[in-house]
Amino acid sequence: MTTHSDEHHIISYRKLTGIWLILLVLTALTVAITRIDLGGFKVAGALTIACIKAGLVIAFFMHMKYENRLLQILLFVAVVTLAIFIGFTFFDVLYR
Amino acid sequence: MSITLQEQPTTDRGFWNDTGKTGIGSWIFSTDHKRIGLLYFYSVLGFFLVGVVLGLLLRLELMAPGRDLMSAQTYNALFTVHGVVMIFLFIIPGIPGAFGNMVMPIQIGAADVSFPRLNLFSWWLYVIGTVLVLLSLFTGGGAPDTGWTFYVPFSARTGTNVSLALFGVFILGFSSILTGLNFVTTIHRLRAEGMTWSRIPLFTWSLYATAWVQILATPILGITLVLVIAERMLGTGLFDAARGGDPIMFQHLFWIYSHPAVYIMILPAMGIISEIIPVFSRKPIFGYKMIAFSSLAIAAAGSLVWGHHMFTSGMSDTAVLVFSFLTFIVAIPSAIKVFNWVSTLYRGSISLDPPMLFALTFILLFSIGGLTGLILGAAATDVHVHDTYFVVGHFHYVMFGGTGFAFFAAMHYWLPKFYGRTYKTRPAVIAWGLMFVGFNLLYFSMKVLGMQGMPRRYYDYLPEFANLNMVATVGSWILAIGLVLMLVNLFKGLFKGAPFTGNPWGGATLEWSTPTPPPTLNFITEPVVTHGPYDYTALKHDVREADSGVTP
Repeated sequence: MTTHSDEHHIISYRKLTGIWLILLVLTALTVAITRIDLGGFKVAGALTIACIKAGLVIAFFMHMKYENRLLQILLFVAVVTLAIFIGFTFFDVLYR
Repeated sequence: MSITLQEQPTTDRGFWNDTGKTGIGSWIFSTDHKRIGLLYFYSVLGFFLVGVVLGLLLRLELMAPGRDLMSAQTYNALFTVHGVVMIFLFIIPGIPGAFGNMVMPIQIGAADVSFPRLNLFSWWLYVIGTVLVLLSLFTGGGAPDTGWTFYVPFSARTGTNVSLALFGVFILGFSSILTGLNFVTTIHRLRAEGMTWSRIPLFTWSLYATAWVQILATPILGITLVLVIAERMLGTGLFDAARGGDPIMFQHLFWIYSHPAVYIMILPAMGIISEIIPVFSRKPIFGYKMIAFSSLAIAAAGSLVWGHHMFTSGMSDTAVLVFSFLTFIVAIPSAIKVFNWVSTLYRGSISLDPPMLFALTFILLFSIGGLTGLILGAAATDVHVHDTYFVVGHFHYVMFGGTGFAFFAAMHYWLPKFYGRTYKTRPAVIAWGLMFVGFNLLYFSMKVLGMQGMPRRYYDYLPEFANLNMVATVGSWILAIGLVLMLVNLFKGLFKGAPFTGNPWGGATLEWSTPTPPPTLNFITEPVVTHGPYDYTALKHDVREADSGVTP
């Protein structure tokens, strides 16, 4: 197919640095919440922050935000598949 | 489709000659997808034969109760190696690596795959993985004796050379991932002008669905195997209940890959059948869109059913219920395919050439294997036949009767195209008959034995199982004789047989429009596709008359 455009989106240093700083803040936050007693939400909190960080890296550093829709869908399929694999396994563990 | 324009036989032997390079380097360092396909073909065929010999030895040992031939430890090692070789060295890389590489780029009108060097690299990874697996048989504590499933806790404790074998399989996994990546990219990016998604041949569709499973599921196998190695070498305790681990977690991780891997094995085989049935019925395929869709549906649904291997492992009852239900869903797209093939045959002008005989056998054997799969997929009945010979019979029907016979069908269908010479029909039909009879004697006996309660993987059995075991062993000899006859006839034909030119079977897919054998760049002029892959009215001439010199 010839629908692929070879234009590369250039992300400014300003934006890249901004993302990097956000990632650093989130890392600090990950460490910080371990010091607060959240009970059962501790793991959920850590995983939420990790997901946001991974999302930022994929969207900006890996240019997924600027890729065409097809690539975004393909990545989405892969992530959903992984979520299902983990989810179904927990299905066993939770009800065992 | 410019079928009639490029039909002239080549006099220069196409890709065998036209690069001007000779010697082994022109093969093992070639980036031509056809050469890589042939490299894969001969590699996987070689290991298939190794696996066959191991299987024959196992059957010899089981011919009569008690010790016949080998010790129990040797027997354990043999069935493990038989499984590892057949699964990881033959049947997973088999059809995508060999026929996928050879045929798929031509079918979509491309000159090669998207990443030819990566393609070569994936074959080299296959070779490296293979060497490691083979080394593991003769070094360290001896050949692994865990069964091909490497279940913990035994695989974490046994003194045999499991770690090296696991590492070999880990590398083989990367070979599989790279092939998948290459195929997805190729099918998205390199289709010829006019090759819309609804004109893609069904073999290519099945490879596309397979490629996604290879990409998404194989990494999980890699991680799992590394975890077992870590368990053995570092004592991580991840799968050790005494240290807070969970042995069932291994089974989850292993089957998250290894069940979808079953579809890596069978989907391309179904694709081959979808190509052969319409060509030899002289009728467009019935339900093209549903067959293409069912490939994707099988790939998706098949990824959600791994728990049906674990009904008796101590998994939660809720999970058993869910996995059993999902397993039944997979039967729907599988049945769609079978019904569509049969509908294609209905009122077709069927010619029983060797590829068609193997394809029809596929439908029968796969249906038997698939339906016995439902007995195993239903939690209640599975408890009775779990880990019996019923399971062994079931998966040999699906994997050998299905994928194996599809592989033979593809050999008889496509290899003459790439060699420019063809085999004799009569010996091929006799070989098919022998294999069909031998196969059913061998594996149907196993199903009955399983129903009677004979457990799998046991070295010895009770006297009441003796008769059927003898039948199975005799069946294995008939099957082997048929196999040898088939291969001798095929390769004698490919190297010395009558010339094979043009489009003797009247296929409408693009590979039948290129010269025979195809040139390195596949097409003389870039093809423009104007009709679907099974639109035989567009093929104007009666090919049998036009190529009367050819006896396929």
